Amino acid sequence: MGINIALVGNPNCGKTTLFNDLTGANQYTGNWPGVTVEKKTGKYRREKDVLLTDLPGVYSLSPYTPEEVVTRDFLLSDEPDVVVNIVDATNLERNLYLTTQVLNLGLPTVVALNMMDLIEKNGDTIDTEKLSRELGCPIVEISALKGKNTAEVIETAKASAKQGVEAASKLRFSDDVESALNKVIDILGDAVAPRERRWFAIKCLEGEPLTIDRLDLKATQLSQIDAIRASVEEAEDDDIESVLTNERYDAITDVCDACIKKSAKGLTTTQKIDRVVTNRVLGIPIFIVVMFVVYYFAVSLGGGIVTDWANDGISGDGWLYTGTEQYEEAVGAWEDEMALAEESGASEAELELLAEEEPDPASGEYGLWIPGLSPVVTEAMESVDAAPWLISLVVDGIIAGVGAVIGFIPQLIILFLFLGFLEGCGYMARVAFIMDRIFRRFGLSGKSFIPMLIASGCGVPAVMATKTIENEKDRRMTIMTTTMIPCGAKLPIIALVFGALSGTFFEDTWWVAPMFYFLGLAAIVVSCIMLRKLKTFAGEAAPFIMELPAYHLPTVKNVLLSMWERVKAYIVKAGTIIFLSSIVIWFLLNFGVYEGAFGLLDPEIEDYYQYSIMAGLGSVLCWIFAPLGFGNWEATVTSITGLVAKENVVATVGIITSLGEVGEDDPTIWLSFAEMMGGTSVAIMAFCAFNLLCAPCFAAIGAIRNQMRSAKWTWAAIGYMCVFGWVVGLEIYQLGGLATGEVAFNFWTVIAIILLALMLFQLFRPMPKYNKEANERAQEIINAEGAKA
Amino acid sequence: MAGTDNTLRNVAIGDTVKVVKLTGDGAIKRRIMDMGLTRGTDVTVRKVAPLGDPIEVTVRGFELSLRKDEAEHVLVA
Repeated sequence: MGINIALVGNPNCGKTTLFNDLTGANQYTGNWPGVTVEKKTGKYRREKDVLLTDLPGVYSLSPYTPEEVVTRDFLLSDEPDVVVNIVDATNLERNLYLTTQVLNLGLPTVVALNMMDLIEKNGDTIDTEKLSRELGCPIVEISALKGKNTAEVIETAKASAKQGVEAASKLRFSDDVESALNKVIDILGDAVAPRERRWFAIKCLEGEPLTIDRLDLKATQLSQIDAIRASVEEAEDDDIESVLTNERYDAITDVCDACIKKSAKGLTTTQKIDRVVTNRVLGIPIFIVVMFVVYYFAVSLGGGIVTDWANDGISGDGWLYTGTEQYEEAVGAWEDEMALAEESGASEAELELLAEEEPDPASGEYGLWIPGLSPVVTEAMESVDAAPWLISLVVDGIIAGVGAVIGFIPQLIILFLFLGFLEGCGYMARVAFIMDRIFRRFGLSGKSFIPMLIASGCGVPAVMATKTIENEKDRRMTIMTTTMIPCGAKLPIIALVFGALSGTFFEDTWWVAPMFYFLGLAAIVVSCIMLRKLKTFAGEAAPFIMELPAYHLPTVKNVLLSMWERVKAYIVKAGTIIFLSSIVIWFLLNFGVYEGAFGLLDPEIEDYYQYSIMAGLGSVLCWIFAPLGFGNWEATVTSITGLVAKENVVATVGIITSLGEVGEDDPTIWLSFAEMMGGTSVAIMAFCAFNLLCAPCFAAIGAIRNQMRSAKWTWAAIGYMCVFGWVVGLEIYQLGGLATGEVAFNFWTVIAIILLALMLFQLFRPMPKYNKEANERAQEIINAEGAKA
Repeated sequence: MAGTDNTLRNVAIGDTVKVVKLTGDGAIKRRIMDMGLTRGTDVTVRKVAPLGDPIEVTVRGFELSLRKDEAEHVLVA
């Protein structure tokens, strides 16, 4: 017999750990409430006809959060054969609160009492037999983390499902409420199945609109229930929700007092750690040190040595594994010789001869040299006489494009190992606690900080990290704004602009890099404040009533899993998109019409890119950027390739200005770039601002699509970012140019002023009262209908 | 035990108080109750976050963080 088991429990109670243990699945868990947002289904490892559903963690079955709605709908509509309620034994009272509601559902229920090993360690005892009698359902003591007794949960659940006996809890409300419930049950009559009567009676008494709409009751029934509710509220001098919640907790307190013996103790370990970690004075310095350590390792170690290796050793020419010191010494000696020769006025022929003597790491003289993928593939393809265009496609298109993505992986692995550990041990909840004050000022909560922190490394994992933000509005707003922080791949663009400005326009340019970071931060703050006042995002600030979970050392397996899930998502989603777009970009840049014939362009033709389809595309679209000061096809194409990956921007500037492979720190590219931008400093800054703020790279767009779970919202996010980036660019070019005298007053100046005024209006106007208006309108309609009747 | 204004917002750090009643309505109130801050429960205020908000309390044996604005909904004695 196949059976359906639903796993229900509080956030962070070990549900997903149990689910993984039972199904052999590798879902990632975190010591951070709300890691599972959607339900997941899996088959029991030992019996394939036992189906388990891991529901999102909830504190209650009141449908106020998306997680509660998902969980409730599944329990009520899908009618699992049996519910397994996982209860954290170290936090019994609050966990049993959910249990009392689950028991009301009228479904066979088994309670899995998790973390029993910790209870024993603390020297506490729980009388599970007594608890089982009170709850009216079987209890299995388990340790999900250690896999102890987990098979017994399934056996007990199977037995309960087979008997089909619903839980018969002895927990009761006060006599007044019970008699009110009985009256409601009589009123409901046959409208609900006998075993669901208690659940529906409670919900109707609470006056919960969702349930009442579903039952389709008559007006007389509703008014009778309303009268019963009013009399209870009057007798108890409190609203009905408070009355029922209070009584549930009161009953639980009685049960717990009877069943638990706690060994008297002072502060718990968690409280002791928190005295230091979230200390008023030390909290922020500790947080800064932790972040510094994470970044130091991820950026210097991962982003330095390991990424260099991935870039050169895999997708580049190759990597010298041993003998690096000897090689560097040889290079140093050769450089000295060159300098000496130049100074002494050697002839060009002599210099050329000397240049050929540059030490070659691949020669085998210095150590182990393993060539990268590009030369190996080129050689292999040449040896089988592959067409030159095919070699170009594979090497310049695919390997170069995908290689840029692969280069980020080592950095991400290190970053995610650290973040996985911080999440697993419980520190991330403290970060939210510490940072909440700052973020609520512009309408987000402390939980939005983590994604923005990650975004300074890479936007893809940053967008994925928004998953733990419970509130949907907050989550969407964070997704829409988090990639405005300059990521690692945007730094070369800033460096390029920095160089172009210093080479041509300003003496001191130390302010350029900080300014663009500041621009990113300001863009987030401004966007959040503006978006928050739109109807879609308006409404009361999401509450920040959050559990600070007890610290515990995460298991190695879990840290690795969390890292792997994120890195894998990056590789798969980003890899496929980058792979395809690399081919498309390569095609657009290498095909075109030359001398009346369409075909593959010969790289030997001078400035061959100007004949490419991409150049044509750039000319068609360049009017968009004319008001921003860089309305030529070269700058447009550069921005388009930036959409694929921001790393492409500098590379494309190099290609288009026919400088080939030059870095962003090469003075020649600075001049050509400044020239390409029409020679004004404001156009250069507008270009930079647009490229930093507009839609992120394809990989991040893929991640946004993945997290938004809606095409409409993905386009809304991308559209907003592009428009916002464009407007900021326009302001910088038109108004900045007006101030510096580089741009004359024109039609677009007026547009820029109008847009600026609109932004300021949206920023400073008070919060519109959408809800109130909607309520009033609804009330009017009701009144009008009442009048008609 | 508590200050002149008897909401959880104004309780001094380290003090333990009893919940008397919750004010306000809707999701926030329900959420506060669901987390176990119900009538008669003991609540100990542990600390204020480094930037002055939110606060951390111990209730029913676990640590809970909530903003001062939300703590204002909890009447205590």
